[in-house]
Amino acid sequence: MRDVAIIGVKNTNFGEKWDVSFRDIFVEAGAGSLQDAGVAGEDIDGLYVGNMSGGQFVEQEHIGALIADYSGLAKNLNVPSTRVEAACASGGLALRQAIFGVASGYQDIVVAAGVEKMTDVSSAVASAALAAASDREWEGIMGATFPGLYAMIARLHMHKYGTTSEQMAEVAVKNHSNGFLNPISQYRRKITVEDVLSSILVADPLHILDCSPITDGASSLVLAPADIAHEYTDTPVYIKASSQASDTISLHDRKDITTLDSTVAAANRAYEMAKMKPNDIDLVEVHDCFTIAEICAIEDLGFVKKGQGGSFTQEGETSIGGKIPVNTSGGLKSCGHPVGATGIKQAVEVVHQLRGEAGKRQLDNANIGMTHNVGGSGATAVVHILARDR
Amino acid sequence: MSVARFWRKQVQRYNLVGTHCKSCDEYFYPPRNMCPTCRRNGKIESYKFNGDGEVISFTVIRTAAVGFEHQTPYILAIVQLKEGPKLTTQISCGIDEIYLGMKVKPVFRKLGDGGEKGMIYYGTKFIAAE
Repeated sequence: MRDVAIIGVKNTNFGEKWDVSFRDIFVEAGAGSLQDAGVAGEDIDGLYVGNMSGGQFVEQEHIGALIADYSGLAKNLNVPSTRVEAACASGGLALRQAIFGVASGYQDIVVAAGVEKMTDVSSAVASAALAAASDREWEGIMGATFPGLYAMIARLHMHKYGTTSEQMAEVAVKNHSNGFLNPISQYRRKITVEDVLSSILVADPLHILDCSPITDGASSLVLAPADIAHEYTDTPVYIKASSQASDTISLHDRKDITTLDSTVAAANRAYEMAKMKPNDIDLVEVHDCFTIAEICAIEDLGFVKKGQGGSFTQEGETSIGGKIPVNTSGGLKSCGHPVGATGIKQAVEVVHQLRGEAGKRQLDNANIGMTHNVGGSGATAVVHILARDR
Repeated sequence: MSVARFWRKQVQRYNLVGTHCKSCDEYFYPPRNMCPTCRRNGKIESYKFNGDGEVISFTVIRTAAVGFEHQTPYILAIVQLKEGPKLTTQISCGIDEIYLGMKVKPVFRKLGDGGEKGMIYYGTKFIAAE
């Protein structure tokens, strides 16, 4: 297996992008990442695109081909292009497929991207599309929503560990504070614990400001074999681990709904592959689709003991300057959550931090970063570890 | 959900019929035909639960799923049946009456409908046991 490096990155701005189309935003991200890498179309051996639900959001399937076409890579170059789907973990999984391509030696220069255009339909249609990531036959039919499923996780987490609504609100406050510093964020606005607690309840105990938004956006990475990465960039970022794990599609079938066993398994596999421990990681982008999800994530990834994620957050240990900065990008909560793009955006943020290009949210001593991307209520988890040093 | 898709599991939804693996004595609702413990060595049989259960977690849904708008606020819960399996359901009671650990029993209820010309979906919800 060959070592793999990231040599180019690009995010579009995230938000409600009514003036541009699905294909517009993909091309902006893809072309931007090629520009960043100094790579031409002729060099590209393959595209892997994370996209959860083009079919429901823009009535378009066959996403891989569409993207190759409008990126100018289909008609003359006939570059192979593959759409990858694992609900909200589609982006992370696209990166993993691209890594397989390069590591195996089948491909050299590969684009790993993600895209979702969610605001071309009403928010009701968007929510229904997202609900397809849960078990349609045994959760959806009972009136389950994603906020509802995570609310049940939150309720039991509060009961078992004493986690509070204030602690969950602190996740949103911190992520908005980070997102305020990120030029691509959907919400560049700081909020307070009071704002969260006084916002409307969506599914008790979760308020609307505990939830990530509906977002349009695209993100793209260019990968190359580590041996030739320096031909393209002075600042390659190396893939130290790529892992993935599955759990039951329904929340109710989990052993304990307050622990995402898929996250635990993916994290353990990643630490083993990278020969690292949680305290080797300098920053992590976790899947904070809801505030409680970030609390569970930092516990299940091993950064804090089970049950202590809430107090750890409240003490500021996950803020910039804390023990383990979490979601310097603003996370899904503030930066936005274009579902298929999120897993790629997380890696773009880590690359920016490791290259020292993260502007006002730049961390000191960022050498090793992790990304954690979840599909549904935890049926898929994808973890990557990225590092400045090979 | 299409008529065929709903109809296929009508007995299981109406009567709380799941499955049981005779090899490892594990019970499944929703029904499974492949035991996660024994896999191909499992011996699966149909099993009707009487439905005595306990609320493991719950929420009050204020922003409804599509098709459930007229039901808000409604209580969504995970209930564990006494044989072990857990399922997602609604609890028919006041939103201030539900609590963790509440003992519940099943009732036959309308779950929703497919609009004016669509079918009506019936199935199992739960109410307080006492």
